[in-house]
Amino acid sequence: MTPEEILKGLYDETLAGNGPAVLDLTHQALAQDMEPGSLLFDALIPALEEVGARFERGDFFVPEMLIAGRAMAGSMEVLRPLLADTGVETVGTFVMGTVQGDVHDIGKNLVNIMLEGAGFEVIDLGVQVKPEKFVSAIEEHNPDIVGFSAFLTTTMPMFKANINALEKAGLRDKVIVMVGGAPVTQEYADAVGADGYAADASATVKRAKALMDERRSKVPA
Amino acid sequence: MSDLTDGNPLTGWTGPVRQTRLRSATKEVVIASDKPFCVIGERINPTGRKLFQEQLRAGDLSLIEKDVAAQIAGGADVLDINMGVPLTDEADLLVKAIQLVQSLCDLPICIDSSVVEALEAGLAAYQGRALVNSVTAEDERLEAILPLVKKYDAAIIALPNDADEIPMEADKRLVLTEKIVRVATQEYGIAIEDIVIDPLAMPIGADPSVGRTALETIRRIHAGWGLNQTCGASNVSFGMPGRHAINGAWLPLAMAAGMTSAIMDARTTSIVDSVRAADLLLGNDEWGMSWISTFRARQAAAAAAEAAGTPA
Repeated sequence: MTPEEILKGLYDETLAGNGPAVLDLTHQALAQDMEPGSLLFDALIPALEEVGARFERGDFFVPEMLIAGRAMAGSMEVLRPLLADTGVETVGTFVMGTVQGDVHDIGKNLVNIMLEGAGFEVIDLGVQVKPEKFVSAIEEHNPDIVGFSAFLTTTMPMFKANINALEKAGLRDKVIVMVGGAPVTQEYADAVGADGYAADASATVKRAKALMDERRSKVPA
Repeated sequence: MSDLTDGNPLTGWTGPVRQTRLRSATKEVVIASDKPFCVIGERINPTGRKLFQEQLRAGDLSLIEKDVAAQIAGGADVLDINMGVPLTDEADLLVKAIQLVQSLCDLPICIDSSVVEALEAGLAAYQGRALVNSVTAEDERLEAILPLVKKYDAAIIALPNDADEIPMEADKRLVLTEKIVRVATQEYGIAIEDIVIDPLAMPIGADPSVGRTALETIRRIHAGWGLNQTCGASNVSFGMPGRHAINGAWLPLAMAAGMTSAIMDARTTSIVDSVRAADLLLGNDEWGMSWISTFRARQAAAAAAEAAGTPA
């Protein structure tokens, strides 16, 4: 197969959620000395972008998003160490978790898939994440963005508690705070002092990128 | 306690049929495995409805009137009321909504909130015997909510998840169900008939195994305790196209396994029809009298519409 054929195959099979084929093509590509960065930026990320676009149009459904994300993740397991070796930078780092008191994670997991699909490195802290655990994860990973997920009106107030914890730890200005979950609204996000809100997984990626661009334009590199 | 002892051969339960009795000021509805499925109309809920949220925040409850009428027209037996509007006094809104709904109709109410203070205010304002939605197997939640259920003589929907996770295996859900039953009956003196388990039907689009897990959980809970069970009917179809058809297939499967009610949108005729057809097939609509009379009423409505010159 030519490199072009491999990239096209990777794109098509990722879009179709065919994990074994994606893994096989990844190995073929590496055997031909193709650049890991090219596989990521010329095939995998564009495929997940297309997944997001189709999902937004209502042409793609949750299971299709999940299996495409899983197919990409299989390839990324192989590529990640190689990417690190070749100095390819991630789009950004995202620390994510469902807030304390809440065990719901389906929505959060979909968001993770689309973020990873867009090239973010996602550190998922799981469910029932206490404020101090968010603080220590931010100290450890120095992410661009932290995401708080809540599915219940009773656990949404943890957004504010988490933000207070970040302030107390002197981290609030170092990280963009995004919030989401079924009952969450833009109004609520504003009221608790979050930087961003998105209604679904695909919108989260766009909002995350926009927030990072905003921040970069404010803070000269 | 019911005097019926015919059990349920589909699940293997051999004890008495558990009757969960709900009441408004004037009407009683019984949830039981030998009765027609209990349709808990779900629409009186502002989640995901921006206009409704704004109106409620401004103290305008007028949309509730329409929602109540639509759920009743669709065949709801009980009405679920949820007033979870962020940044409002949920207890106050819930009390007003309950009073309004009780002035509009005589259906029993399922008081739906995760805020303990709102549940208590709602129970205090409610006239009759309510269904409380809901408690989990977490100690903190059991300790906060079960005393209210006892104090106000209500029934309770309980979810077998704990503080760590939503268990993905039936075994763990059974263990937590056992805990809920033990704590509610032994520590709080709540009758076992008044515990309605939500077996946690998760979205099939996120994991192909969850349908079987839920069905296994429902059957085993029924086999073990004969408990009444409920679920959010539309959970299973989250993220899928053609949701009504999926929900309409799900409920009869769940009913055969021991599900006796669901929180669902009664406006969706196809799902209500699925449930009523399953009632007939499971022997809970004797000689199809209810099914036939619904058919006749629709025929009459269609004939009347035709006579008036408008298509039905």
